[in-house]
Amino acid sequence: MTTPTKTKAAPLAELKGDLAVLKEKFGDAVQPAEYEGVVIANDVLVEAARFIRDELGYRYLSSVTAVDYIQEGYFEVVYHAYRLEGGGPLVFKARTPRDVATVPSLVSVWPGADFQEREAWDLMGIRFAGHPNLKRILLWEGFHGHPLRKDWKEPYYEEEHKPFSSRWPSGHHVRAEDRVFWHDNVQYPLDWDPDQVEDTSDELLYIGMGQFARAETGELVEPKSLRTERLVVNMGPQHPSTHGVFRMVVTLDGETIVRLEPVMGYLHRNHEKIGERNMYLQNMPYTDRLDYICSMSNNLGYAIAVEKLLGIKPPERAEYLRVIMAEFTRIVNHLWAIGFLLNDLGAFFTPALYAIEERELILDLFEEASGSRMMCNYMRFGGVAHDVSDDWIARAKELVYNRLPRAIEELDRYLTHNELIKARCQGVGVLPPDLAVAYSTAGPVLRASGVPYDVRRAEPYSIYDRFDFDVAVRYNGDVYDRYLIRIDEMWQSLRILRQALDQIPKGEIQAGKKQYMIRVPAGQAYGRVENPKGELGFYIVSDGSPNPYRYHIRAPSFINLTALNEMCKGHKVADVVVILGSIDIVLGEVDR
Amino acid sequence: MDELRDLNTMPVPSELSNNVFVTTIDRFVSYIYNWGRKRSVWPMMFGLACCAIEMICAAASRFDIARFGSELMRPSPRQADLMIVSGTVTKKMVPQIVRLYNQMPEPKYVISMGACATGGGPFKEGYNVVSGIDKFIPVDVYVPGCPPRPEALLQGLLKLYEKIERQSVRAVPWYQRGESEAIPVPILGPDLIDPRRLPEIRARLAELRARQGASTETSS
Ligand code: SF4
Repeated sequence: MTTPTKTKAAPLAELKGDLAVLKEKFGDAVQPAEYEGVVIANDVLVEAARFIRDELGYRYLSSVTAVDYIQEGYFEVVYHAYRLEGGGPLVFKARTPRDVATVPSLVSVWPGADFQEREAWDLMGIRFAGHPNLKRILLWEGFHGHPLRKDWKEPYYEEEHKPFSSRWPSGHHVRAEDRVFWHDNVQYPLDWDPDQVEDTSDELLYIGMGQFARAETGELVEPKSLRTERLVVNMGPQHPSTHGVFRMVVTLDGETIVRLEPVMGYLHRNHEKIGERNMYLQNMPYTDRLDYICSMSNNLGYAIAVEKLLGIKPPERAEYLRVIMAEFTRIVNHLWAIGFLLNDLGAFFTPALYAIEERELILDLFEEASGSRMMCNYMRFGGVAHDVSDDWIARAKELVYNRLPRAIEELDRYLTHNELIKARCQGVGVLPPDLAVAYSTAGPVLRASGVPYDVRRAEPYSIYDRFDFDVAVRYNGDVYDRYLIRIDEMWQSLRILRQALDQIPKGEIQAGKKQYMIRVPAGQAYGRVENPKGELGFYIVSDGSPNPYRYHIRAPSFINLTALNEMCKGHKVADVVVILGSIDIVLGEVDR
Repeated sequence: MDELRDLNTMPVPSELSNNVFVTTIDRFVSYIYNWGRKRSVWPMMFGLACCAIEMICAAASRFDIARFGSELMRPSPRQADLMIVSGTVTKKMVPQIVRLYNQMPEPKYVISMGACATGGGPFKEGYNVVSGIDKFIPVDVYVPGCPPRPEALLQGLLKLYEKIERQSVRAVPWYQRGESEAIPVPILGPDLIDPRRLPEIRARLAELRARQGASTETSS
């Protein structure tokens, strides 16, 4: 077996600021880590996390992920926490030997760690002691192995890293099926008995729900005059209102929801495993397919993360182009989200048709700039792939100054004060601000709950610090506010677009030469952007080779779903559909 | 059918030969029958991944699939004629897809939309990705692209019309005697299990075990 080379730098010599405070408080249990942050000993981890949250004020846990340092023989769990007032992260880490693979769970401190820890268990095989519900989340119970471990190989495994030398061995292509032992994309463990085939993954799920339902009996929301029975109902994965292949298992008491469990992974496409075999640039088109409505801004997030490691900055014109594309994408996404929210409310397809009509116009611009309507693959490290013409700018201006304001105005006029919409949305799916923060929700969901946190302001990237715009915020945290905030954000995006389109300078669009295979200096970086759906983060560990050693995506749709149970409890089934629509998920990003 | 067959072989009386369009009955019936149904193929409202977004765009005002009579997307498989497999087929999802396919009434058709549904696409090497839906259900039309543009999907639909046009009432499987067989639903075990391939899997597993017995080297 070839193990990847892993060159680790020496730990940071000196801790500064809050890290030093942490060190002072916990003494030897806190050690400086390489590159950034500290390593906290497992026995004080929960206590330290509480300290970080309450005393140091890092109330928002953005990302939890794990890295398999196979050569050093341990797993490292990496946490990024932020202050709501803005500023950089506090990075802390926990380590566990590979054969032990257990760290304490932080769900009791940050409930938002729930799904992320389950993901780390599922894909990396790290147990989180004290986690209330440590089940697989993307794969199914019974799957053999934990795929993101560096020594786990997929059925079509060829080599550790691309480019594969075997691509065209003798001048012709070999199908992967013909190359592998099982003649298909499957593999079975040796000790498995094929005569015992039974799919029990769902049974486990239902048993779990039953137990929980009983334990929670006291918590019923509605006064009962009728004797009702509990019922477990499945919605999805094939359901017209789940926005793709998403599944919810709900326990009902009569028609009232007692508990809801999201089941996902039906579109788990293994971005991270593939991404760690790919070269850096090869991942760019894959990011398009994460949140496939917003390919441009996904590109931006990834480019920014890698540029952090490379230490380069794109030229002015490229920065402007990036902002223009990202803000157009926000409008596209919010139009789509509002159209389909209305769909979920029962206004079947008509509002969506109006939304899609405007979206098509923006897609035309994208297509002209990048060559593709949806999968733009437009950003590069240190720039963008293609320049745009003056004519393009003129047409973009026409859209931004004339057409789009009219369209948003129209949506606003017909929908915002509509009686039916108010009746169905106001007071439904309320998420109070403290819970919104605790559950690590991001983007419109967080801001509609009264927390004005926007990465563009809190930790400005690209050239967002130059533009004049407001962070939209609404205070009720219900479905209606989550609808309104999208309208607000579209107006703000138009403001940014006007400034950017007026100011864009002429010049280069790429720093340095265009490169196919870049070498990234060893290091770790967490790059994040304010995507239309929330904070999109890329955690990248580089070992100095042309391929990322670890490539993790902090997907806003995925983490926003952690709060879904909380929002749905006590509502009716019909409301679930609307609440889900108001979170605005896209399955490519939820499941990755 | 027997009467039809008799009619088929009957000569056309000479006094009518100028008034009657001579064709065989089954061709004539097939023509009417296919003409009627080909322009109202109802797809199932069923999206898997990114390609589904382009499918929705095909249904929206700019591309307007209604021009071809297919705008009625049915959320229930029981009312659908066409399954557009629009996106990446994962191992976790494929049992559901096969079940949905089995639930569709005949005649039913499948369009495989995009690189993923056709052969795994950009994600083929992924451990949770099925290398093409045609490993499990029969596909009538493949539409290439990642994602295919809405126009490409519409062309796929037109290709399907051509196929429907050529079907003969007499030969189509759903008017034959007996019931058509359902496709066995795949099972999620340690990996995806296709029940039809179980004997093969058993044999290969035995082979592997024997190999492992011979050498101490582990392989999976
Ligand atoms: S073919 Fe491309 S666009 Fe379609 S589902 Fe696959 S990755 Fe997405």
